[in-house]
Amino acid sequence: MTAGVIGISLALPGGLHLLLNNIQTLSGGWDASATISLYMRQDSTEAQVNAVAGQLSSRRDILNTRVISRDQALDEFRRLSGFAEVLETLDDNPLPMVLVVQPTASASSPEAAQALANELGAFPEVDFSQLDLQWLQRFQAITAIAGRMVWVLAALLCLAVLLIVVNTIRLEIQNRRAEIEITQLVGATDAFIRRPFIYIGFWYGLIGGTIGWLLIAVSLLLLEAPVARLTGLYNSGFQLSGMGLQNTAILLGCGVLLGIGGSWIAVGRHLSSGEPT
Amino acid sequence: MISFENVSKRYPGGHEGVSGIDLHVESGEMVFLTGHSGAGKSTMLRLVALLERSTRGQVRVGGRNLSRLSRRLIPYHRREVGMIFQDHRLLHDRTIFDNVAMPLIVAGLSHGEVGRRVRAALDKVGLLQRERDYPVTLSGGEQQRVGIARAVVSRPPVVLADEPTGNLDPELSREIFTLFEQFNQVGVTLLIATHDLDLVKRMNRRTLVLKQGRLVGDNHRDFSPPLARH
Ligand SMILES: Nc1ncnc2c1ncn2[C@@H]1O[C@H](COP(=O)(O)OP(=O)(O)O)[C@@H](O)[C@H]1O
Ligand SMILES: [Mg+2]
Repeated sequence: MTAGVIGISLALPGGLHLLLNNIQTLSGGWDASATISLYMRQDSTEAQVNAVAGQLSSRRDILNTRVISRDQALDEFRRLSGFAEVLETLDDNPLPMVLVVQPTASASSPEAAQALANELGAFPEVDFSQLDLQWLQRFQAITAIAGRMVWVLAALLCLAVLLIVVNTIRLEIQNRRAEIEITQLVGATDAFIRRPFIYIGFWYGLIGGTIGWLLIAVSLLLLEAPVARLTGLYNSGFQLSGMGLQNTAILLGCGVLLGIGGSWIAVGRHLSSGEPT
Repeated sequence: MISFENVSKRYPGGHEGVSGIDLHVESGEMVFLTGHSGAGKSTMLRLVALLERSTRGQVRVGGRNLSRLSRRLIPYHRREVGMIFQDHRLLHDRTIFDNVAMPLIVAGLSHGEVGRRVRAALDKVGLLQRERDYPVTLSGGEQQRVGIARAVVSRPPVVLADEPTGNLDPELSREIFTLFEQFNQVGVTLLIATHDLDLVKRMNRRTLVLKQGRLVGDNHRDFSPPLARH
């Protein structure tokens, strides 16, 4: 019972931490999807824009380019904005041509992409440039916040585990009150009284940690097939990473430490309450 | 061996267990502690075993000042003081052997030494054949003898007994007191609280009388009533 609760309490933050790590690994590959939109000057012709596109495509830091004509831009705007009626009233198409530039992977870090966007923005044909990194930065900010929250959750649940152990050991002490009292009467030291309870706490922690590990392992197993299907769709080489030796050691270590710590606290409280006054 | 210097014990709540006790017990003495129920007999024994600390004055045992003894050293003091209770205080889920072995186990004696000493103590109280049995299978008198074996198994210089014959008939009580005399003959200092005035008289030993927490009688000392001091 106690070990089960410990297991669940440890599995929750452990599993979330793992999930978050996986998401971060996954989103690390998304840097490559940074794009730069170059809004061309109104007076630039299609031929000029195509020339610029050709020139940029041959650069080593640019993967490819795509031209969005003014008509295409208008269509898209109509579809997405819902301002179709407003546009009908205009004689002219007010939208500029757009050149969408995809930097190579090595030029896709936020800093490099920003530098490239600035450079391209200075071209005479370009009105202004915009780096579409924001969604990625927001996503990374969100996962960073989620990471913090996992830590807070982990701290709270560890505290819960500690309290559970303290309470379990306290009950165990109650059951063995007479034995403890008589043992103290014949000259047992605090260490002698404490020892068996520390063992109990150790085992609760170890078994609880093992249960937590099993819960996470089973969850990973259940997630494996859907994740493989998903990444298959995206042609991604992403693989769900498992617990690994280090995380397993941390999980079991936390369980054992909390088990021993809880016992220590519970016995300490009992011992100090029984001091001669 | 045991000395009280103007010792008082006030329990939480304000009730005085004992007040202004002055007492000196030599090494090797066997002393009876008498008085009505509530007179403070148990309190005095509990002070000697350091189950309680005095709120005033000083208790010394074997030169140790108990009011100055740190909490960490209390177990080592208790190993020097064997204690016997009216209700035996045996552990009923352990055999006679294991009950008697407790003081030796907590002191960390080797397995062989434990066996040797436990059997010697059980032999002394006449229960060697029952070492594998559980306390419930014994009569009251036999259980008390197990309690006595446990108190003396580590050969402490001081043995305290709190109404050890309270529940026993006169015949068994006499047997128990005879055991105490035998321990005394090998130099153990004994302090025995008891109601059993007939038996005390017959033993003809030093006898203290407590009344409402004050020492009002001591047949082996020139005794000035404590009231005279106030
Ligand atoms: N733990 C305690 N808390 C409060 N009062 C106590 C406690 N133990 C004993 N007393 C009081 O101290 C007095 C002496 O008690 P005790 O030493 O047990 O007497 P005796 O053993 O002679 O019957 C009694 O009045 C008793 O009510
Ligand atoms: Mg009493």
